[in-house]
Amino acid sequence: MLQDRYTLAFRLYPYQRSADQDAPAPVRHPVVVGGCGPIGLAMALDLGRQGIPVLVLDDHEGIGMGSRAICFSKRALEIADRYGCGEAMLDKGVVWNVGKVFHDDRQVFEFNLLPEQGHKFPAFINLQQPYFERFLFEQIEAERARGAPIEIRGRNRIDAVEDMGDHVVLTVTTPDGPYTLEAQWLMACDGANSPIRAMLGLDFEGRVFQDSFLIADIKMTSASFPTERWFWFEPWFKSGASTLLHRQPDDVWRVDFQIGWDVDRKEEMKPENIRRRLDAMLGADVEYEIVWSSIYTFQCRRMRRFTHGRVIFAGDSAHQVSPFGARGANSGMQDIDNLGWKLGLVITGQAPEALVDSYNEERVHGADENILNSTRATDFITPKSKTSHIYRNAVLDLAETLPFARSLVNSGRLSVPCTYDGLSLNGPDQLPGGPARSRTGSACPDAPLGESFLLDRLGNGFVILTIDAEAPDSIEEDGIAARRLALTVKEDPTGALAARYLGAARSAVYLIRPDQHVAARWEKYDDAALRAALRKACGKD
Amino acid sequence: MAKLVTSLNIPAPDDFYETLIRAHEGLSDEDSAAFNARLILVLANHIGDPEVLGEALEAARKPSR
Ligand SMILES: Cc1cc2nc3c(=O)[nH]c(=O)nc-3n(C[C@H](O)[C@H](O)[C@H](O)COP(=O)(O)OP(=O)(O)OC[C@H]3O[C@@H](n4cnc5c(N)ncnc54)[C@H](O)[C@@H]3O)c2cc1C
Repeated sequence: MLQDRYTLAFRLYPYQRSADQDAPAPVRHPVVVGGCGPIGLAMALDLGRQGIPVLVLDDHEGIGMGSRAICFSKRALEIADRYGCGEAMLDKGVVWNVGKVFHDDRQVFEFNLLPEQGHKFPAFINLQQPYFERFLFEQIEAERARGAPIEIRGRNRIDAVEDMGDHVVLTVTTPDGPYTLEAQWLMACDGANSPIRAMLGLDFEGRVFQDSFLIADIKMTSASFPTERWFWFEPWFKSGASTLLHRQPDDVWRVDFQIGWDVDRKEEMKPENIRRRLDAMLGADVEYEIVWSSIYTFQCRRMRRFTHGRVIFAGDSAHQVSPFGARGANSGMQDIDNLGWKLGLVITGQAPEALVDSYNEERVHGADENILNSTRATDFITPKSKTSHIYRNAVLDLAETLPFARSLVNSGRLSVPCTYDGLSLNGPDQLPGGPARSRTGSACPDAPLGESFLLDRLGNGFVILTIDAEAPDSIEEDGIAARRLALTVKEDPTGALAARYLGAARSAVYLIRPDQHVAARWEKYDDAALRAALRKACGKD
Repeated sequence: MAKLVTSLNIPAPDDFYETLIRAHEGLSDEDSAAFNARLILVLANHIGDPEVLGEALEAARKPSR
């Protein structure tokens, strides 16, 4: 009845009978999270750290084997760091900056991400998804030891949900049979095929791409490659219409072959056939071990709305993108970053339920940006018509000698956080001469502050960031507190703080949300204006 | 002196590229080729400068390998 759909890399939450299964009437929980992938884990962490009881249900007993995501972006790491586990990820991950693009047998060009100095986290790290999830899980354990009310139940499969208006009734199947639970809020973090989405009969609209990709994660035993991202269009070794080679921790390399739509999956997955492709690429004398392999196809689509009454969708259940540009898990982390504090304020009665609607508005905006970018990359990598193919190859030909054409080569525009330009929670943007990158709606760029970093100092709540400006040490507006972080350019030896937050201005006052997005900014502190912006950021307008 | 601009001069290259490919959607190969020819003539007229056009023709010649 409860069959594993995949093998486990780490068995972390074996089934245990819970008291809820023997309760005379269904027990009601403030938040139930359906699905314990990276996004469900992040949700549990975010709420649990706020002291809000959260129950996670997963139909497996741990983290799935197989890497899937390997590229984690600066913003995803910063969010994980706010939860306490960013540094562990960085320590384990591989940092890379150089990428090379090849066409047939020629190198078309080489790029360097040229990381800006003065950030705690690099633009990207490569890390196998099971490790990423395990770090989140370990952080949950650590928070639990400090009393955070987080519970994870393995082999608890959600089989039915019923929306009752002010709560949701769930039917959960376990090895001991089914039981019923109630949730004030249900978080659907149950992945791209979201059974919860299907149970509610909701849409999932967009484009399906007619191509398949064969992934082989291989452990090199005889040779090695530099820590660079190599991407081939129409490689001479003919192992795929395109091929990607990228390094992961533990001497494991991700190889990704574009193999076409009409393929015999069973045949392609035979080890000898995978080896045939790999040997053509690497040369017959290179020795390696296949750690994991899989064939995937993909879609670029999203639900029309991410919130449906008391059911909220986040991560792949709400939106799916092609892997080019590493926007799947990275954008799911931003969903949780966005939703966590809002749901917290609503559940504790500090903000109206309408605040949750702004999650829909802001993250639909984010999803559309990700879908646009990953669709374009996919269209460039897998041209759909003869003309599109001719243009693609023309760009590659020109890119060898003409710099402008390099900007058109698109093997994935790497994930950066979106800015919530012009959306409902935003307050004023009144800092004449202020830098565009920290305008209202943007995610705060990090900056070095002596031994620590700005984002560390911002923490989890509302913050009034002042740079050479006066303000009260803290304020409270209708139950919502904001504390001040007072900084000065006199203690900014690298000049990064001034460049990122002042621009041409002499002073600045920023109101920063708990998810470290800018809610409003001014040149000087104005009590009435700040309080109005704080109310607006909490959906009280 | 080279007059042809070869550094990036299009403000949002991905937007442009998508618009360009979109413009060809649904066209037969022959219609696409004709579209391209018209497009080049329109752009060439806009540029006008014979020196730039000469350098552009040179740049578009496939590099010999
Ligand atoms: C080849 C490939 C490469 C990728 N590379 C990247 C990358 O480099 N960077 C990146 O950011 N993203 C990448 N992604 C995307 C990334 O893997 C996903 O975005 C991410 O796994 C989504 O997490 P999630 O928690 O939303 O869903 P999932 O990881 O799918 O987790 C859903 C969970 O819900 C559980 N579940 C399902 N149904 C039920 C039920 N009825 N009851 C209880 N539990 C249930 C599942 O068992 C699972 O544990 C890649 C994806 C692929 C396929």
